[in-house]
Amino acid sequence: MPTMFAETARSKEGRTAGVWTRLLRRPLALIGLAVIIVVVGAAALAPWIVPYDPHEQFFEGLTIEGAPLPPNSQFWLGTDLVGRDLLSRLIYGARTSLVIGVVANGIAVVIGSLVGIAAGYFRGWVDTVLMRFTDLMMAFPALLLAIVLAAIFTPSLWIVAMVIAMVNWVQIARVVYTETRSIAERDFVTAERAMGAGAGRILFRHILPHLLSTIIVWATLGIATTVLLEATLSFLGIGVQPPIPSWGNIIFENQTYFTSAPWLVFIPGAAILALALAFNLVGDALRDVLDPTQQGRH
Amino acid sequence: MAAYIARRLLQTVVILLGISFVTFVLLYLIPADPARQIAGRSATAQTVENIRHQLGLNLPFYEQYLRYVAGLVQGDFGRSYLQKTEVATLIASRLPASLLLMAGAITCELIFGLTMGVVAALRRGSRTDDTLMIASFVGVSAPQFVIGILLLYVFAVKLGWFPIGGYGTFAHLVLPSVTLGFLGAGWYSRMMRSSLIEVMRQDFIRTARATGAGRAKVLFRHAMPNAILPVIAMIGIDIGLFMSGIVVVESVFGWPGIGQLAWQAIQRVDIPIIMGVTLVSAFAIVLGNLLADLITPLIDPRIKLR
Repeated sequence: MPTMFAETARSKEGRTAGVWTRLLRRPLALIGLAVIIVVVGAAALAPWIVPYDPHEQFFEGLTIEGAPLPPNSQFWLGTDLVGRDLLSRLIYGARTSLVIGVVANGIAVVIGSLVGIAAGYFRGWVDTVLMRFTDLMMAFPALLLAIVLAAIFTPSLWIVAMVIAMVNWVQIARVVYTETRSIAERDFVTAERAMGAGAGRILFRHILPHLLSTIIVWATLGIATTVLLEATLSFLGIGVQPPIPSWGNIIFENQTYFTSAPWLVFIPGAAILALALAFNLVGDALRDVLDPTQQGRH
Repeated sequence: MAAYIARRLLQTVVILLGISFVTFVLLYLIPADPARQIAGRSATAQTVENIRHQLGLNLPFYEQYLRYVAGLVQGDFGRSYLQKTEVATLIASRLPASLLLMAGAITCELIFGLTMGVVAALRRGSRTDDTLMIASFVGVSAPQFVIGILLLYVFAVKLGWFPIGGYGTFAHLVLPSVTLGFLGAGWYSRMMRSSLIEVMRQDFIRTARATGAGRAKVLFRHAMPNAILPVIAMIGIDIGLFMSGIVVVESVFGWPGIGQLAWQAIQRVDIPIIMGVTLVSAFAIVLGNLLADLITPLIDPRIKLR
């Protein structure tokens, strides 16, 4: 028995290595990965690399008339309406985006996968109940549903993450459901069942591994959606609340002055775009690399 | 066909009921007391109690739900807490502006998306193809409010070609439509590209070429009608994206539609309005899906009705 485990482990390792090599050969995926690494690095090292305290309002951060400063040698990306350093706020904002991206999307992936697997494997009334509920949730526009939920609960970082998770699990549930159904009908599953394997064993030892690549692809693409949804909620003023900086709420706080201080909108905006784009590029490349049936359609 | 339509309609009714149930549960869960909010701060306990009674808030859960559904069927979406107006009236007065914006956005995304997709498919694997597909990724990754503010900044503030927000003339419609269509153009170009590549591979295209049809004729007479179908069917399904998008785009451009109504309601925590817009959007999405399902077989007789 131990040898068998070693066998699976080795072949899995081999496969993973192949995926990385093929992934790294794609220039777009490389660019995406680079952006992700920079943002993750900045978020992780935030307290050590920020030039200033993100909450400190500098006296010299405003002009004599009280207007924010454009990018200059002291404040590299300029200052915001109350004289805080934009670069420092952006770096701390990266933490917000990533925490929500990972937590919210993580919860969404877990819920979506469980719903999809359960409905796809057990069929019958479980399928009917779960998938009709999924269809129902799909009928709600994501942003509006998130707005309703955010209006019900007082928004905090974790509530925003929960709200996004509650809205975003739907798509992954659909995809996993379709996949599970087709895998559950294959011969090796029938064989396992004939040999007396229980549902738990079949699901976790045999079906889940086959679903893994799909889940990884959707989890990656899902982070892009999550980052955008968080930014949008924060932009509407019902996401992460100031003074905690988030890329969306920096724009929310400063948008009325976009004609005189455009950098306060477009620099955080570019950051959101770059991060979402990076996850989309990597997710798309992963789909090509992990899913051979999709190749050639690219 | 008739049986199929009947079954789809029945399914739609069930989903609509489900939607009303979900929104009702959400309303029910809201900690704020609507009676207190309607009555205002200075109201006596008796007044609040009267309003509660009038709204049926003292009834058991299922009776409240039945009242709610009965109201919805008659077009009663409840009353705004703060504006003292029927939510249905507010939404009805804002709907035309949103529909106009939606028409503008669909036009934009089809023009940009389909053109990009066709060009990319015809030059598959080339530099042009790569550039267009990167552009489509930017389209789906760009936050709509940033695109909106950017377009405002460049074309309204700096160049002065278009008005800075507002509503009324064709010029007012352009920037919001482009902003709302930006995201869709990203999706449609990818879909159009893969659909056209798929069709161009099929035998009847080779046959058409063999009969001596020119490139343009093969593309527009033979390939496009088939390739465009799955893309068109997406419009119905896509309404959800629009409904989310209009909240952002209308608030950026000051466009007086239901999205702006929802946004203003968010600021004042006027829950019935947010709920009303959500309900209307969900209904629109369900009807969009229904229409897409009903229209597709009319365009393509090969699709079987199940």
